[in-house]
Amino acid sequence: MSAQIWTYLLVGVTFCIYMIIAIVARAGSTKEFYVAGGGVHPIVNGMATAADWMSAASFLSMAGLIAFMGFSGGQYLMGWTGGYVLLALLLAPYLRKFGKFTVPDFIGERYYSKNARLVALICALFISFTYVVGQMKGVGVAFARFLNVPFDTGVLIGIGIVFFYAVLGGMKGITYTQVAQFCVLIFAFTVPAIYISLQMTGNPIPQVGFGSKGTDGVYLLEKLNLLSQDLGFDAYTSIDKGNLVNMFFITGALMFGTAGLPHVIVRFFTVPRVKDARISAGWALLFIAILYTTAPAVAVFARTNIINTLSEKPYAEVPQWFTNWEKTGLLTFDDKNKDGIIQYVADAQINELTVDQDIIVLANPEIANLPPWVIGLVVAGGLAAALSTAAGLLLVISTSISHDLLKNYLRPDISEKNELYAARVAIAVAVVAAGLAGLNPPGFVAQVVALAFGLAASSFFPAIILGIFDKRMNKEGAITGMIVGIVFTASYIIYFKPQLGGPGLPENFWWGISPEGIGTLGMILNFVIALIVSRFTIAPPMEVQELTERIRTPRGSVSPKNNSH
Amino acid sequence: MIKNKSNYWKTNLKYLASLLIVWFTVSFLFGIVFAEYLNQFKLGGFPLGFWFAHQGAIYVFVILIFIYVYLMNRLDKKYDVDEI
Repeated sequence: MSAQIWTYLLVGVTFCIYMIIAIVARAGSTKEFYVAGGGVHPIVNGMATAADWMSAASFLSMAGLIAFMGFSGGQYLMGWTGGYVLLALLLAPYLRKFGKFTVPDFIGERYYSKNARLVALICALFISFTYVVGQMKGVGVAFARFLNVPFDTGVLIGIGIVFFYAVLGGMKGITYTQVAQFCVLIFAFTVPAIYISLQMTGNPIPQVGFGSKGTDGVYLLEKLNLLSQDLGFDAYTSIDKGNLVNMFFITGALMFGTAGLPHVIVRFFTVPRVKDARISAGWALLFIAILYTTAPAVAVFARTNIINTLSEKPYAEVPQWFTNWEKTGLLTFDDKNKDGIIQYVADAQINELTVDQDIIVLANPEIANLPPWVIGLVVAGGLAAALSTAAGLLLVISTSISHDLLKNYLRPDISEKNELYAARVAIAVAVVAAGLAGLNPPGFVAQVVALAFGLAASSFFPAIILGIFDKRMNKEGAITGMIVGIVFTASYIIYFKPQLGGPGLPENFWWGISPEGIGTLGMILNFVIALIVSRFTIAPPMEVQELTERIRTPRGSVSPKNNSH
Repeated sequence: MIKNKSNYWKTNLKYLASLLIVWFTVSFLFGIVFAEYLNQFKLGGFPLGFWFAHQGAIYVFVILIFIYVYLMNRLDKKYDVDEI
C-alpha cells in the first residue's frame, strides 16, 4: 500500500475513534461540561493535559526549529516543560482546593472585585483565541498537504470534527478524546524516532541514541559538529554566547507563561482531590517529557541526514522525497553557480538549498526511508496534536463566556439548563470563529503566540501566586500589578515586532532581550508593583484572608460547585 | 491547632524553596549560564552543558514533581490535614 492510502486509512480510523468517544462521554450538566464532573483519574488527567498542551507546533515544528538552532533550541525544551514544576508546586493544589471552574473565578473572588474578574476574563479570551487560530491553521495545512484537499476544505473538516465532539462532550468529551489523541500522537512521534535511531546508531532509545556512536564508530554529535563546521555553520552543540541573556529570558517567559495559561490551569480543576492535582501535574509532565526528550534526538538525526544526503550531491540524483517537497515550495534549490550540484552552506551568497523547518518532522520518515505506514501515522499524529489543543482552548473560551461573563457578571440568575445551553452555543460560535480566522489568518497570528505567553506570564502568573502566598495582597496591588505587567509586555512586543507594525530594531532590544523573552521582565515588574502598592493600601477583608488560609491545606476540598458567591 | 497550621505552612515553604532551587539550577544555571563551562565534560557523546539544556533538565523536572508529591503527602498526614 502506498503512503497516501495509509494516510487516509490511519486518519480515518483515528477520527472514528474520537467520534465514538465523544458520543459515549457526552456532558449532561454544567459541571460535566466545565470540569468533566470533577472525577477524572489523575493519570487520565495527566494524559489529557499532555495532549492539550502539545500542539501542532510541538509536534510538527519544534524538532525542526531545534535542528536549525542547535544548542539555543534548548530554550523551547526547558521552557515548555519547566512550567509544570511551577504548576505542580505553586498553583495546581491550591487552585484545586479553591474549588471553582475557571481562572477568572479565582481572580474575581480572591481579589473581591468584579473588575479584576473582567480583566482576567479579557486576558483569558485573548490568550486562548490567538492560540486556537494557529491550531486551526495547522489542521488546514496538514490536511491540505497529505489528503490532497484544498487548504480551505482542510480547515472546514477540522471545524466539523472539533465542533462535533467539543459541543457535544464539553470538558468530559474533550478529556477522554484527548487521552486517545495523546496515545496517537506519542506513538506517531516516537515510532519513526526509534526506527531512525536504530538505523543510525544501533540504539533503539532515541534519547540515548543521539549521544551514541554512529555506525562508523564516531559519536553522532561530534560528526554533526564537524559536518556543520565544514559547511561554515556553528558547531551544533556550541554555545551562542551573545545570545545567552536572551535565551535565559525566553526560557523564563515560556516557563512562567505555561504556568499562567488558562487552558492548562483549568485541567487541574477536573481531578477529585488536592493530592490528585499534585500528582496529576507529575503524570502530565512525564507524558510530555516523552515527546520533549525525543524531539532533540529527531533534530540531530534529521540535520545529519539532510547534510549527508544532500550536501555536494548532484541535483539530478536527489531522492523522491526531495522532489515531493519541492512541489510545496517548502524545500527549494537554486543553482546559483550552475554546476548542478547542491551547495548547502552557511554563507547566504553561495548557499543554494533552503529547507523550511516545518517539514523536518513530516519529511523525516521519508528521508530515512521508513515504511509507508509510518508516514501515514505521522500525519494522524500531527492532526491529533492540533485537534486536542484546539478543543481544550475552545472550552476555555466557551467557559469564559457562559460562566464568567454570563453567569457571574451579566445574568447571575440564569438556570443550570440555560447555562449549559449557553456554553454549547458559545463553544459552537467559538469553533466557527476560530475556523474562519484560521482560513484567513491575519499575518500577525504566528507572532501573537509570543504575546500569549508574554501576557500569561506577566498577568496571571503573579496574580495567582500572590493570591496564594501573600495573605496581605489586596485588590489594589493585584490589579495595578496585572495592568502594569500587561501594558509593559504588550508595548514592548508590539514596538519590537515588525510583523505587528512596530518600528523597533533588534539592536535596540533592552539588554538584548527579544520580544519572546520580555514576559519574564513584565512578570518581575508585576510582582514588584503589586507588592509595593498593596503595602500602601488597606489590607484585604477578613473573609478573603480566611479564604487564603483555607486554600493552603488540602483537607475539606470539595468538588467544584456551580453557585455564584 | 493554629500553631500546627503555621508549622505546616512553614515546612511546605521550606520544601518549595529547596525544590525550586534545584529547578533553577539544572535549567537556568547548568543549561544556560554555566553550559559553556560544563561543555568541557562529556556524558557519553554529549557535552554536559548541551545535555542539560536538551535532556537533563527535563528529567530532573519530572523527578522534582514526584518528590514534591511524596513530601507533601507525608506532611499532610503528619499535620492531619490530608484528604480521605
